[in-house]
Amino acid sequence: MDIATHVFSALYQFGDAFAFLVLSACGLAVIFGMMGVINLAHGEFIMCGAYVTAATVHAGLPLPLGILVGTVVSALVGVLVELAVIRHLYDRPLDTIVATWGLSLIATQGTLIMVGSTMAGVGTPFGSFQVGDYSYSIYRIVLFCAALGVLAGLYALFNWTRFGVLARATIQVPHMAAALGVDTRLIYSLTFACGAGLAGLAGGLYAPTMTLVPTMGATFIMEAFVTVVIGGADVFLGTAPAGGLLAIVKSGMTSWQGQLFGQIGLLVAVIIVVRVLPKGISGFVLRERT
Amino acid sequence: MSGLVSFFRRLEGPQTVGRGPAFWSLFAVVMMIALAYPLFSDGYTVGNTVYFFVWVFIALSLCLIWGYGGSLSFGQTAFFGIAGYGYGILTLNFGSAYGFTLVALVAAVAIAAFFAALLGYFMFFGRIAGVFLGIVTLAVTLMLERFMAQTAGPEWHIGSARLNGFNGMSAMPPLTIPWPGEPIVLFADVGLYYFVLGLLVFVYLALRILMNSSFGNVIVAIRENPERAEMLGYDVRKYQLITFVIGAALAGISGVLYTAWGQYITPSSMGMTAAALPLIWVAVGGRSDLTSTVVGTLVVLAAFQALTIYGSQYALVFMGVLLVLTVLIAPNGLVLGTMNWLGRLAARLSQRAG
Repeated sequence: MDIATHVFSALYQFGDAFAFLVLSACGLAVIFGMMGVINLAHGEFIMCGAYVTAATVHAGLPLPLGILVGTVVSALVGVLVELAVIRHLYDRPLDTIVATWGLSLIATQGTLIMVGSTMAGVGTPFGSFQVGDYSYSIYRIVLFCAALGVLAGLYALFNWTRFGVLARATIQVPHMAAALGVDTRLIYSLTFACGAGLAGLAGGLYAPTMTLVPTMGATFIMEAFVTVVIGGADVFLGTAPAGGLLAIVKSGMTSWQGQLFGQIGLLVAVIIVVRVLPKGISGFVLRERT
Repeated sequence: MSGLVSFFRRLEGPQTVGRGPAFWSLFAVVMMIALAYPLFSDGYTVGNTVYFFVWVFIALSLCLIWGYGGSLSFGQTAFFGIAGYGYGILTLNFGSAYGFTLVALVAAVAIAAFFAALLGYFMFFGRIAGVFLGIVTLAVTLMLERFMAQTAGPEWHIGSARLNGFNGMSAMPPLTIPWPGEPIVLFADVGLYYFVLGLLVFVYLALRILMNSSFGNVIVAIRENPERAEMLGYDVRKYQLITFVIGAALAGISGVLYTAWGQYITPSSMGMTAAALPLIWVAVGGRSDLTSTVVGTLVVLAAFQALTIYGSQYALVFMGVLLVLTVLIAPNGLVLGTMNWLGRLAARLSQRAG
């Protein structure tokens, strides 16, 4: 074992942790950052994406197409949820949490009743490669690239498209945007759908790597929340650096003491960061700038 | 006589629903029924009623922190679990002789309160509020569940008590009151019923006094407008921290009683579903009032148990629907809404009569 293999192993674990944190958090971060709504049913949107992806793959479609279908279906479900529930609660943020928790309960138990306690999974594609004494899964590298791709895509969406400009205007001063002729309700719906779709994408991407059970959302939700809390309201100035920071903590602690300590490390990190930077990393950066 | 009147006066105030002779006579009638209840029922049903009562404490803790204090905490089940495990570890190590189970009850609740003080310091003095508070407490709860679930190996033990991972701990002694001659062992029937009922009434009345005191008024003022409360010279952080610790102790009482009731505790009593249930009881009952919380919790629990006959998955779906509908249609809670309506009706009738 020389130094290069050690460095590669550390980088690989960092990339893996980073991809997991960013992919599971970005849907939540979009909804929270743009609308101030915490979506506790986030994990269930991820579950929805994973289940739909698996079902499409079982139906004979290739995996990338399955992931796409999973994303779109989650986004559509997101639109429905926004219309039925979230829309009525914008002025009551705490009640939104409670209501989305109720939705999460309905979704988990509903899936358990309708689909059963587990669903046949999808094999991990691409195989693995060897560096030094250890073998690494190629798909994990793909996930890391997907995380970077999602961040880049979101940046492009919110900065270069008409929807992005209107969404940011709506978030900044809602009544002014409405006075200028923006359909703010539509913008909120689309933003929520975007967040739900990102959750579905995360589910689809991770569907080949884990067992599909109705409670699988809970595996993602803690990491997602921790990343959003540390990151703060801004996706680019918050979620990405928070993902990087937490990935270092998580992969470091995991390789030192095992998976559980990786998660305890995350928790300690979040409590300390929140004490020092109550508005998260993005709040700190934005305050420095103004 | 005047002492009694001033005692009742301290129980009433703007922060709690129910006042005057009418309310307290009804309260007395309910108490009589509750005291006589075991005479007309069998041991199993009484034990089951104790199970309902056990959960009321954690509901009251959420009512205090969320309904009165305005900070939504998902961490109540964490304190529930800490106290439950604390009781198990203490009693398995030291046994139940000389009334030690009662010492263990107090100690386990104190451990939960200490943990809450530690967590609460970081949260409230870090000025976390609103949705972030919910997320941090939720993360702590899930973390604890995962931690306890992986303690299956024999290396995870405290003293002679194995933690047993996902299967949880069992076979701890029930609460025992030392008595000259023979100690009274409170198994999950009539004995435990009167003990828990007494504790419940004590906690309920004590919380009524607390909420109608100046402390309670400050707590509500902070919920309504933290900045204004701060401008008036109150240290918001201290008040929130104290409320949080009291709430954690109440959740801890629930945890200890639950462990002593069934003589087991598992990590899943801290999981997502377990954390959601108190929220449903309190939201459906009416989170901003103690009486509605107690009534709502008992009603929803009874309904939940009746539905479980058809399968607990269906019952949970129903609970989820109930929660969403309550939030959308009756945000103040169904029981509180009904009680306010009854109060207005009574006032109108007495006006017409007078």
